[in-house]
Amino acid sequence: MGETFRPEDEAGVVEAIAWAAAESRPLELLGNGTKRAIGRPLQVDHVLDLSGLSGITLYEPEELVLSARAGTALAEIEAALDENGQQLAFEPPDYGPLLGGAADGATIGGIVAANLSGSRRLTAGATRDHLLGINAVSGRGEAFKSGGRVMKNVTGYDLSRGLAGSWGTLAALTEVTLKVLPRPETEISVALIGLGDPAWPRAMSAALGSSFEVSAAAHLPADIVPETALADINAAVTLFRIEGFGPSVDYRAEKLRELVGADGTVEVFARDRSRAVWRDIRNVAPFCRNPETAVWRISTSPKHAGRFVGSLQAEGDFRAFYDWGGGLVWLETVAERDAGEAIIRRALDAIGGHATLIRAPATLRAAIPVFQPQPPALAALTERFRHQFDPHRILNPGRMHGGGGA
Amino acid sequence: MSGLSMPEPDRGVIARRDDIIAAMRAILPAANIVAEPVDMRVYETDGLTAYRQMPFLVVLPETTAEVAAILSYCHANGVKVVPRGAGTSLSGGALPVADGILISMMKFNRVLDIDFDDRVVVAQPGVTNLAITQAVEHAGFYYAPDPSSQIACSIGGNVAENSGGVHCLKYGLTVNNVLGIEMVLMTGEVVRLGGPHLDADGYDLLAVMTGSEGLLGIITEVTVRILQKPETARAVLVGFPTNEDGGRCVADIIAAGIIPAGIEMMDGLAIQAAEDFVHAGYPLDVEALLIVELDGPEAEVDHLLARVEEIARKNAATSVRVSQSEDERLTFWAGRKAAFPAVGRISPDYYCMDGTIPRHQLPKVLAAMREMSAEYGLRVANVFHAGDGNLHPLILYDANIPGEIERAEAFGADILKLCVEVGGVLTGEHGVGVEKRDLMPEMFSEVDLAHQMRVKCAFDEKQLLNPGKMFPVLHRCAELGRMHVSGGKLPFPDIPRF
Repeated sequence: MGETFRPEDEAGVVEAIAWAAAESRPLELLGNGTKRAIGRPLQVDHVLDLSGLSGITLYEPEELVLSARAGTALAEIEAALDENGQQLAFEPPDYGPLLGGAADGATIGGIVAANLSGSRRLTAGATRDHLLGINAVSGRGEAFKSGGRVMKNVTGYDLSRGLAGSWGTLAALTEVTLKVLPRPETEISVALIGLGDPAWPRAMSAALGSSFEVSAAAHLPADIVPETALADINAAVTLFRIEGFGPSVDYRAEKLRELVGADGTVEVFARDRSRAVWRDIRNVAPFCRNPETAVWRISTSPKHAGRFVGSLQAEGDFRAFYDWGGGLVWLETVAERDAGEAIIRRALDAIGGHATLIRAPATLRAAIPVFQPQPPALAALTERFRHQFDPHRILNPGRMHGGGGA
Repeated sequence: MSGLSMPEPDRGVIARRDDIIAAMRAILPAANIVAEPVDMRVYETDGLTAYRQMPFLVVLPETTAEVAAILSYCHANGVKVVPRGAGTSLSGGALPVADGILISMMKFNRVLDIDFDDRVVVAQPGVTNLAITQAVEHAGFYYAPDPSSQIACSIGGNVAENSGGVHCLKYGLTVNNVLGIEMVLMTGEVVRLGGPHLDADGYDLLAVMTGSEGLLGIITEVTVRILQKPETARAVLVGFPTNEDGGRCVADIIAAGIIPAGIEMMDGLAIQAAEDFVHAGYPLDVEALLIVELDGPEAEVDHLLARVEEIARKNAATSVRVSQSEDERLTFWAGRKAAFPAVGRISPDYYCMDGTIPRHQLPKVLAAMREMSAEYGLRVANVFHAGDGNLHPLILYDANIPGEIERAEAFGADILKLCVEVGGVLTGEHGVGVEKRDLMPEMFSEVDLAHQMRVKCAFDEKQLLNPGKMFPVLHRCAELGRMHVSGGKLPFPDIPRF
């Protein structure tokens, strides 16, 4: 095993990457390493640990903006926001326990590099939607910036968002600037009990097509519910979260009950219970118990999601639940052979979307594509794009795609 | 306007014009090729009318396959291409080049799919922004971004420019509302990014394409998300004796956890011009006027209006009027929406700027602008998307007075430099285009710009797509690839500007 570099400022990151580029020594980029087990296994000797780049560098609540060095703990940022009644609206998830690690370890740089968003992504947008600017060091060993600290900015290409979700294969983020938003005064969840397919997708369409501003919508089949904060309910739960100012929340929850409640039993969960179950959904708690299984994260057309899962379950052993109004499917299956890769991708071809193998043993992640394979023209464009940032192929090489690419 | 240098036209290409027209005839029906100067004149400028250039040739494809064939031909034959939507760009994004084919996308004018279950619309790029809303409003839906040109501007152009509007703070820009595109690369290859699902896979090339000003690919299809219209919307009109009071009021509203659907601010000259034009009932004895719009369920809007009113009074508001009807709400907006033409009535010409600043810098920027106004001898009116800090100073000038246009340009450049100096940016929603191209080094280092230009190389290595826009200095891709920085200085600091 080679060295671990742990710079404490941008100049140190430049130095490490410039060395790696000159010597053609690939680096594994890390924050706290909570998502290290996602992606294709790396063949690298050296580690660039960015957790030493820490601290909030700018926070102006009345301007809705926060900047932090990339290695800053997400928990530190959320605590600072909370003190001012604000939050990261994209609700960053914590996959620590899902991946067999500890909770609360994520860094803001890791969240941006992975573009991971929680349940409110459905209505408030993803991490990348709240990203205003970045400072980074590319695989050329050069520090550069993109974007800024203001909400509205079309000056030049949007490299900030271009780096979001690039899993450290283009550049090492050194600082990120995010739009922050007021934290809702309160929340309520409206739950429909016992709906099957196609009743629950219909309820989703009605609720999300209404003006009652549902902020998150999930469906938990009956076999999933016991592994959440709703363990006392012995049936499938279709869940809608309503957030905002007190009088508005009460009003909208009541209207939503009238709209979608006719089909069956309706329950309303007050703030604390609502928060607990949404935390479980966001952090994939139902699949945390058995670390030996494979877990897929699939984004697809919400209206097709139920049938998509049904077709998989007809062919193999899959457990599933749904976030993002049905459009985010979490799948658990045995970590054997291809973990269902072939049938998942085949079923997805027909309806569109993409599947990422979020949890699996390294041997499996080395054997099958972890990220969605791309058609040739897009794959070639992706590789050209990657090459422009990291021509020496030294930043997390091969983590996203094999064959000499990213 | 003053001398704008564009890339040197390729005489070889110009000499082959007849061959190129023949090649286009093999791809397109004759009616979709415009080659006569008299017919091409309508394409010689866009919304930034100070710059004009007769196109080399105009083509109007109708299918993705035609676009692919045109680009493939141009790629093979080294012919430059300028894509054009509705031609409403305020930064010269669709300004033709003398040796390049202008591709108008306005025959791509169909809404292809409306999906209320997944709440998405798939449209061809020439469909206007407003037409998307019109296609879904019978079911209570709308498309959120609303640039002021929405009646005319195309959705493809919106993606190319990452267009905004007055509701961005709450509902986002184009980039936050587009889920997918189909596009053709300069090589003629067709690529799809994203789709009806959330989050495109792989690198976020969709975000890179959004706001790329036609330099990376030609968009042939757009998938956007649509929203259900809020139950109700009401606006409050607040007058303040000073800009500082108005600015503080905006900060206090946001600090109170309220994100209004829109917060617009106008200064004295803009208020006066708008009131004279549309008689919206604006108070004329104030230095700053705020329009705050709240939308949502009635219970919420009432609750928040009371809080906004309270915050306004605490910040020395001298007049507070809440709209009592939909008509009154629209009247409040009518003045703001007509601010540009209203200013056009009090001056022969005006030049619209588009910087964004950290909101708390507003008093400082306005004060500096007043000084510059005296120095340049030109009046300036300000309208301000106060929620997101996007400032539109309108510089008043008369093109018939020798030297005034140059003074207006210099004044504008000074304003944008000031925006960058106080922590803001050159352009919030109008784009860089040709207009702000040469100011890019005010905001970005050469290393920053090189990282952007290399993205261009990944998409369009021969640099044939929309040349002369966005970047001040031309570098060949091979040169960018090996460019090395030592001691913060590039080895070629004196490469000529085109």
